[in-house]
Amino acid sequence: MAGNVDALFIFLVIISGLMTLLIFTAVIYFAARYRHQRGVPAEQIEGSTPLEITWSIIPLAVFMVIFAWGAVVYFKSRTPPRDATEVYVVAKQWMWKMEHAEGQREINELHVPVGRDVKLIMTSQDVIHSFFVPAFRMKQDVLPGRYTVAWFRATQPGTYHLFCSQYCGTQHSGMIGSIVVMEPAQYEAWMSGGSTGPLSATGEKLFAELGCSTCHRTDTQGRGPNLQGVFGKPVLLQDGRTVTADENYIRESILDPGAKIVNGFKPVMPTFQGLVSEEQLNALVAYVKSLSPAAQSATKTANAAPQGSGTQVQ
Amino acid sequence: MATTTIAPAERENYLNKEYGLGSWLLTTDHKRIALLYLISITFFFFIGGFFALLIRLELLTPAGDLVQADTYNKLFTQHGQVMVFFFLIPSIPAVLGNFLVPMMIGAKDLAFPRINLLSWYLYIIGGALMIHAMLTGGVDTGWTFYTPFSTAFSNTKVIEAGLAIFIAGFSSILTGLNFIVTIHRMRAPGMTWSRLPLFIWAHYATSIIQILGTPVIAITLVLVVAERALHLGIFDPKLGGDPLLFQHLFWFYSHPAVYIMILPSMGVVSEIIACFARKRIFGYTFVAISSLSIAVFGFLVWAHHMFVAGISVYAALVFSLLSYSVAVPSAVKVFNWTATLYKGSIHYDAPMLYAFGFLGLFTIGGLTGLFLACLGVDMHVHDTYFVIAHFHYIMVGGALMGYLGGMHFWWPKISGKLYPEGWARLAALIVFIGFNLTFFPQFILGYLGMPRRYYQYPGEFQVLNVLSTAGATVLGVGYLLPMIYFLWSMRYGKPAPDNPWNAAGLEWQTQSPPTTFNFEKEPVVTWEAYNYDEIDAGHKEEVPVVG
Repeated sequence: MAGNVDALFIFLVIISGLMTLLIFTAVIYFAARYRHQRGVPAEQIEGSTPLEITWSIIPLAVFMVIFAWGAVVYFKSRTPPRDATEVYVVAKQWMWKMEHAEGQREINELHVPVGRDVKLIMTSQDVIHSFFVPAFRMKQDVLPGRYTVAWFRATQPGTYHLFCSQYCGTQHSGMIGSIVVMEPAQYEAWMSGGSTGPLSATGEKLFAELGCSTCHRTDTQGRGPNLQGVFGKPVLLQDGRTVTADENYIRESILDPGAKIVNGFKPVMPTFQGLVSEEQLNALVAYVKSLSPAAQSATKTANAAPQGSGTQVQ
Repeated sequence: MATTTIAPAERENYLNKEYGLGSWLLTTDHKRIALLYLISITFFFFIGGFFALLIRLELLTPAGDLVQADTYNKLFTQHGQVMVFFFLIPSIPAVLGNFLVPMMIGAKDLAFPRINLLSWYLYIIGGALMIHAMLTGGVDTGWTFYTPFSTAFSNTKVIEAGLAIFIAGFSSILTGLNFIVTIHRMRAPGMTWSRLPLFIWAHYATSIIQILGTPVIAITLVLVVAERALHLGIFDPKLGGDPLLFQHLFWFYSHPAVYIMILPSMGVVSEIIACFARKRIFGYTFVAISSLSIAVFGFLVWAHHMFVAGISVYAALVFSLLSYSVAVPSAVKVFNWTATLYKGSIHYDAPMLYAFGFLGLFTIGGLTGLFLACLGVDMHVHDTYFVIAHFHYIMVGGALMGYLGGMHFWWPKISGKLYPEGWARLAALIVFIGFNLTFFPQFILGYLGMPRRYYQYPGEFQVLNVLSTAGATVLGVGYLLPMIYFLWSMRYGKPAPDNPWNAAGLEWQTQSPPTTFNFEKEPVVTWEAYNYDEIDAGHKEEVPVVG
């Protein structure tokens, strides 16, 4: 598992092991060979510019290899695949709340099928937490006030540690859970129970209850933009900028509607800050996404703004 | 390499010139202020060490059974704050730097003696406030004060601890300012830049960081206090702030702060290796330049603490790349020290053993830094015990080894007494073994996934934690020993000759301990740094100045 990270790690262990060996051997050899002997003075050597250049350039070259390799692994792991299964994660002092797109909710446990890409869309209700699954070599901080994204693909059925790795107060070390990786058949059986309907359906209901649908109509007559097919597409703003409608954009537009006004519309939408919980917010986001079936999961990936993470596990 | 002249005990010196508490508390003598700092930071070192001991004892078993969870959180928070801000940052600059910078360049004192005293008082005020915060409830934010936990969720003495560090920061700024002016303006005739000991170059580089970096942490802590007390929305997203802004500001100082801790130590090691290999440092210019480039590049790498914090991928790429730029000058230093040993005439006195220890631990600490600067690996080991092990190898293995090496090297000059050499060598060995036993297992723990700041942990991590705690016990003994025999030597030690190591450097041409103004007349420097060939060839009588 997690072969990409491990291969790089082993490469680094070998490189630094060789360096350590080289320096330790040299120091010990010199210290023994040139120990003080009466009548044998030290030989004064001023230094050597070619040598200095050599031992600056060679390490630098090695460092660049490490950098490039690390960057490739990182870049890949920050780019969730388009068709990944989505799970919304809400962290709070001191528990993990997970909600599957199909509606199943879990606390401190996450059931996933083996071999499928799973994308986590995460936010925190209070302080910063961090979603860390050592076995998958993945870690992503979970911040209040925005979504961060991570992804993984488990390759072995089993139960794996989930740790909070960003200190979050009294029970930080108690904010642990498990990722249960199941065979697809088992997973289907597990999924068939306990659902209150898909997350996007919950979102659709909320969308009507909160009155969103009065302005965000499915034609062009609404006071707010038509949300059909918006997700994953570029949106032209009033100030001339273009942003991609990703999860963070939808989230911001609900909580702080004045921040990015769509071109051609007036800033008339009230804020829903404090009126919707993180879970309801997730449902609304899931609903808006469901209006763009083609672009599902076309979240801005690596090159996105301040979010995005994940780890490929193979 | 013992010298023959033994100093008469009753010569007037900076220690016996005046007596009484007032003569110490109102002194402007850089050497007396150095001793005031020595006493104060030793006090804080043992407080921080005591916290570390309790942390290690708690982690002996997977369950949380020795202290409460909240108490544990306060222990690691205050261990970090005390050790970083009240021990490591002032350690070498404020003690050895204060004592030696003027003497090494042939000056009577620092440029601003009263500001020097002020800096100690600021440190004491900050320290007193910190102790007050710890005694009246403590702090539990982690030494990193991450928001919004620190501004909106912690119920502990965040404001007080923040202000304590704010005040102590000014002490650090003033020391840096004093050193820079002193090194520019007060060098003795003939003491050109290219003749400066590398200890001075290291302190010059350190001072630049202290002056440029410390104000940023000061401002950041003020913002934390403002958000906490007045609910200004700066970092808390609920108030419209950005929690990552805090991390950027915090690490903008706190990463360079690592170099405040390690650069002076590198300076000490250069002096020791030159003396005990009886050689000029290989590639003097490159070692000097590398100190300055570490100071400069050190300011450009802060966000490598934030690769998984939610910054953009491109920012992460840039900061990873830049982080390797700071690794090159560090590697260059290690190669030059190693090359200095080549064809030397090497003595194994206690200071040299500490320098060897430094080389070993700093090499491991530096190389493991490559893992953390590497994006693909950092995703996994970030915020685990791997990080803990790495920075302890640098800040305790490196910085503290250098500090102890320096204390042994200059103790005869500082106290006028010789410490027991056998005990000192034994202590160096115990520290080296204890250190590795404590922290090497933590690299493995981190790779296996044990997160830092965990009060209880899954049972599979226990064996390595027990090893680490056992090592900490050994390490504790290693740190207690020098304190005991240094104190012992003040009363019972043999009087030290003026230059017990036959070392180069103007500080060794003063008497031991030096007089208040260090030199009887202003020295004139006509030789290069580390002129061990001349000294060992017996030409040292020709050196025109004797203190």
